[in-house]
Amino acid sequence: MSFSATMRLDDDVATIRLTGDLDARSAPEFNELVNEATGLQVNRMVLIMDELAYMSSAGLRCLVFAHQKMPPGRDLVLVGARPEVVETIKLTGFDRSVLIEQSTEA
Amino acid sequence: MTGTSKRESFRDVQVDPLPQRIDAYPTQTIAGFPVRPGQALPFGATPVPGGINFSVYSNGAERMTLVLFRPGEPRPLAELPFPPSFRTGGVYAMTVFGLDPESIEYGYRAYGPFEPEMGHRFDARWVLTDPYARLIAGHETWGRPSAPDDPYPYRARVPYGDFDWEEVVSPGHRHEDLVIYETHVRGFTAHPASETSAPGTFSALVEKIPYLKGLGVNCVELMPTYEFDELDNPRTDPTTGRRLYNYWGYNPLGFFAPKASYAATGRFGMQVDEFKNMVKELHRAGIEVVLDVVFNHTAEGNEQGPTISFRGLDNSTYYMLTPGGYYANFSGTGNTLNCNHPVVRQFVLDCLRYWVTEFRVDGFRFDLASILGRAPDGSVLPNPPLLETLAHDPVLRDCKLIAEAWDAAGLYQVGSFPAYDRWSEWNGRYRDTVRRFLKGDAGTVGDMATRLAGSSDLYGRRGPTASINFVTAHDGFTLRDLVSYNTKHNEANGEDNRDGDNANNSWNCGWEGPTDDPEVLRLRNRQSRNALLLLLTSRGVPMLLSGDEVGRTQDGNNNAYCQDGPQSWFDWRLTEENADLLRFTRCAIAFRAAHPALRPRSDRSAPVTDQLFPDVSWHGVHDWTPDWSADSRLLAAMFYAGLPSGAEVQHDCVYVAANSHWEGQRLELPRLPEELAWHTFADTAAEAPHDVYEPGREALRADQSRALVGPRSVLVLVARSRL
Repeated sequence: MSFSATMRLDDDVATIRLTGDLDARSAPEFNELVNEATGLQVNRMVLIMDELAYMSSAGLRCLVFAHQKMPPGRDLVLVGARPEVVETIKLTGFDRSVLIEQSTEA
Repeated sequence: MTGTSKRESFRDVQVDPLPQRIDAYPTQTIAGFPVRPGQALPFGATPVPGGINFSVYSNGAERMTLVLFRPGEPRPLAELPFPPSFRTGGVYAMTVFGLDPESIEYGYRAYGPFEPEMGHRFDARWVLTDPYARLIAGHETWGRPSAPDDPYPYRARVPYGDFDWEEVVSPGHRHEDLVIYETHVRGFTAHPASETSAPGTFSALVEKIPYLKGLGVNCVELMPTYEFDELDNPRTDPTTGRRLYNYWGYNPLGFFAPKASYAATGRFGMQVDEFKNMVKELHRAGIEVVLDVVFNHTAEGNEQGPTISFRGLDNSTYYMLTPGGYYANFSGTGNTLNCNHPVVRQFVLDCLRYWVTEFRVDGFRFDLASILGRAPDGSVLPNPPLLETLAHDPVLRDCKLIAEAWDAAGLYQVGSFPAYDRWSEWNGRYRDTVRRFLKGDAGTVGDMATRLAGSSDLYGRRGPTASINFVTAHDGFTLRDLVSYNTKHNEANGEDNRDGDNANNSWNCGWEGPTDDPEVLRLRNRQSRNALLLLLTSRGVPMLLSGDEVGRTQDGNNNAYCQDGPQSWFDWRLTEENADLLRFTRCAIAFRAAHPALRPRSDRSAPVTDQLFPDVSWHGVHDWTPDWSADSRLLAAMFYAGLPSGAEVQHDCVYVAANSHWEGQRLELPRLPEELAWHTFADTAAEAPHDVYEPGREALRADQSRALVGPRSVLVLVARSRL
């Protein structure tokens, strides 16, 4: 399934909606978007993941890098990640980097 | 939304993106893939700009093919023969462009003669696993067999090398401060009572870090964690018909690859990350990680065994062979790795460096390490180059190197292992002496004294930290079984109780196996505490077997290598059932940590001038008068360290009395100066909770000149100021 990522900016919150497969082939595209958002000095980056069909280890790594690129004290939030993705993030210790939320707020 | 900004921002620093390398371009196409001659070093599969570099060596092969697969697919995606121009000496190297590490598995087909008598066993029917494979797919589920016709069961992959270690570094404990805890990654949490989210995995071990920290150990020694074949056992349990495993895993397949089925995330190919996270979290908790490594044989077995990797790539390089081309068997497992062949030496060094640099582990315990000192023809080398290399390697400089200083072919080097001032040894003499002393054997007091004080007869020049002291280890009885069985009970292993050691020096305290007899149970509890207390007050480095702190039993099985089940697993309910023993062990570990007199510095800084007592002194029924006679079963030692504290000297003084006689004995205590008084830390003759005190809150003794040490009991006192 092809990958797409779209970003919306509201004040200092960047919301990125991901659909399709996030794997080694699509990861660079996602990374570019993350770079752009961090370049805008947002306070909070929200990734909407409930339409993400698959995420590989390369995709997981993007999340970690996304967090590393944000200034200290700013949040990276994952919304609607599938249970196996959440589990993998936790078991490999990547959950220290991110906040995980069940579903889209409001 | 697209478009890349010209400058990347990393916090406040502006960094110009690097230009693309222009020298990374393909020179030709093989099997439809753009390729160029690769870099011969490093060996293995390495991501490079634009692709992956593959490098493999074989001195005997005539030609070599790189075989690529899509993950999990039985048929290869492509086979890429290495052109002659891609070979340097015996090394075949190729860079393949456009490969995504995540969507590729790879192996090799090596073409050459099948001439066993000449040492060659090339067989191009098999796809061979790269000996340098850092990620191996195909066995993510424990106990699931390969398909019998699978041409490539252990499928090499390329892991990502990135990991965020944050600011966490190894605690870097000094040798003398270590308390090692030997455990099995699966067995530690596989039991349902572990209540972990992914039982039997690296991540479940992380969930149990608070337990380890609470216990006070500061180093875990993990039984094999590389890829091995747990199904390499043809036997069944004769009573239940259940298949037996090779549960311990002393049969390596991939020396560089963390075991996939020990990772909850193995199905995502993330075992490397999960392993690193385990090391990171242990380090964060102040706990070091030592890996049990098996560089003495492989899972390929003897002539009848499968061709998986080494045999098909370079049989006569990797294995010790007899003149007729058969496998030499110094390991007792079918084959012997040819460790002092220069190529294999380099392989071992590369492997250890990888675990240290990439996984940040703190040391290694070498299974049957004496094999590492044998020449390719099996003879014992006086100055084994591999051991010397490891001792002096700069990458391994801060590593703990621990030898199991014997092998399965009769070489026994405890005390004489070529150490180069670096190696420590599992002190088998310590284990045997403590066991014999505890069961009351006559004539053991002198030897027990030597063991308690750091085995200077074995390690005089190297100092006590060369001695890894232990009473029990994975190989043999658990502590509970040591005091519950006179003989091994290995029937469930399917070999009519012939396997396992017969010389256990164990004593059942009056009844073989389980009993309700309160006297027998009381004695067993006391004997367990005696062993723990001697171990944790001995000079040297103590090693505990996981579960001994809660009375884990294996029902008398002293060779549970094949028992993947409750008999081997850590039953976490025991932490409640035997909470007294757990508390006792915890206090004994904390007591050790509190008393430098028990842990003399290995660098032997000059002693302070106004010492109260000698470093070690020996006592008995009368103070300053030990009884070394053959009938004596009483040992009393006083350990002392004078520590400079400003202009003053702080006195650290611990008195250990061990009585293995069936009657109690009244002892004169060494006289202390006025400002100090004897306090009781532990007395195994007393019932819990009076058997032990929290360190720092020991009980002031009413009688400062005499003490009673009970029958088969250990008493530990500490000199503290009168408050």
